[in-house]
Amino acid sequence: MKVLVPVKRVVDFNVKVRVKPDGSGVDTANVKMSMNPFDEIAVEEAVRLKEKGLATELVAVSCGIAACQETLRTALALGVDRAILVETDAELQPLAVAKLLKAIAVKEQPQLVIMGKQAIDDDANQTGQMLAALLDWPQATFASKIELAASEATVKREIDGGLETIAVKLPAVVTADLRLNEPRYATLPNIMKAKKKPLDVVKPDTLGVDVAPRLVTLKVVEPPKRKGGGRVADAKELVAKLRSEAKVIP
Amino acid sequence: MTILVIAEHDKAALKSATQHVVGAAQRIGGDIHVLVAGHEASAVARTASNIAGVAKVLHADAAHLASPTAEAIGALVVELAGAYSHILLPATSFGKDAAPRIAGLLDVAQVSDVIAVESPDTFVRPIYAGNAFATVQSKDAKKVLTVRATAFDAAAVNGGAGLVEPVAAPPERDRARVIGQELTKSDRPELTNARIVISGGRGLQKGENFKLLEALADKLNAALGASRAAVDAGFVPNDYQVGQTGKIVAPDLYIAVGISGAIQHLAGMKDSKVIVAINKDPEAPIFQIADYGLVGDLFEIVPQLTAELSKT
Repeated sequence: MKVLVPVKRVVDFNVKVRVKPDGSGVDTANVKMSMNPFDEIAVEEAVRLKEKGLATELVAVSCGIAACQETLRTALALGVDRAILVETDAELQPLAVAKLLKAIAVKEQPQLVIMGKQAIDDDANQTGQMLAALLDWPQATFASKIELAASEATVKREIDGGLETIAVKLPAVVTADLRLNEPRYATLPNIMKAKKKPLDVVKPDTLGVDVAPRLVTLKVVEPPKRKGGGRVADAKELVAKLRSEAKVIP
Repeated sequence: MTILVIAEHDKAALKSATQHVVGAAQRIGGDIHVLVAGHEASAVARTASNIAGVAKVLHADAAHLASPTAEAIGALVVELAGAYSHILLPATSFGKDAAPRIAGLLDVAQVSDVIAVESPDTFVRPIYAGNAFATVQSKDAKKVLTVRATAFDAAAVNGGAGLVEPVAAPPERDRARVIGQELTKSDRPELTNARIVISGGRGLQKGENFKLLEALADKLNAALGASRAAVDAGFVPNDYQVGQTGKIVAPDLYIAVGISGAIQHLAGMKDSKVIVAINKDPEAPIFQIADYGLVGDLFEIVPQLTAELSKT
């Protein structure tokens, strides 16, 4: 079974982003970029499926600028077999990415697409569901466990009230939540090997996809600052202050 | 301009998030309809029809909507979508699952996690774990939004038009089915809804020690939450998680116990009215946003706090 793993290049989760003074966006120049952490979990899951003999070929795909090749090399170093970059300098929004991924999926015919549930830059949490809609495939979002059979995946999902188990017929789209697995680190020999694995580059127009944004970002601002830093000496003072000053407890 | 709000419910009762979404719909303006999709959920449909400002409830009843999949909700909403300018869902696990499926089927962009309505086509949403707020304008004819419940007042359940109209659901497609749910049972207030929330972090050291927080929560009638670290460590189930990818809460009082204050945790609670932090590390980032910081050993302080609250 072929598994497609879309990955996104994002500002590293440890970086504290700064809003640009002109309000046009967030400053991403000269900051560390990494694979979106939820996509790392998706890659790990795909690699484990291959190690268990349930998947035969793993294909990673990323959409964006040429530097996304680094993200794809990371996926290759983690155990993915080959990679595809849909290269464009255009701003890509989730719907456009879903359309690009659909075009790739139609070509590659995977039985399963595994991807992160959301990217930690735009926090949209949309692309997987949109891809499933466009392909007319069932979806299983927020997965914390995946059991794969020949024609069906049984997925434990993290929902607001606890957990839900859903069975989806293949082909299907699954999005990974935090506790699906703990991703491995790429080893040096595997990083070297990854450099020799195939990485194809295609352009959105050869896929016949219009990636024009549908949302216009009018401005980006810093959230209102919270004035914190107040201290109390002990439990007694805390309770007294919560009662008389903050008035949040009786 | 007519807005369709997709209700979230558990068959017995409407989830309060739905009322907040109606609150957001009122900010957009126009007629508001609510879709209740379920099986034998007519009580929910009646409740929804009583929400202030709701002109009409569309009630789809079918066996396969009892535990609806995003696929079933998507197919249903797309059939109804023609009449609507906006389709709104709560930014809960239900809404996050279904909304992009609807948007994808309609070929429109989605605006996720709306925290303010500037105009019928312009909305504010957090990005980068709430470290920036983006104002975005949708150029699509139809707008699909998920709404952050804590950012909008709940519309009251009274004064609605009381009108319920049945609608047919498209047939089941037998490709996705819900096998079961394991829901955390609790007598405490719901985390996203509670006036007081007490959350524990890695500092609790083990799951058993959450009992300390339970005793305090009992005194305050508070909900219990946790940081991602505590959930990852297996101290408590996933539905306790407060943060960027967990639940977003904004109670009157948030008490963070043994939580250092990672960015992704702050994203889930920094809109709380009053924040208390208890941590033994005086340098913990949580203190920078706390109104009342208490440096010390939580294993001593929490029981003292519980005892102090018992005094009248």
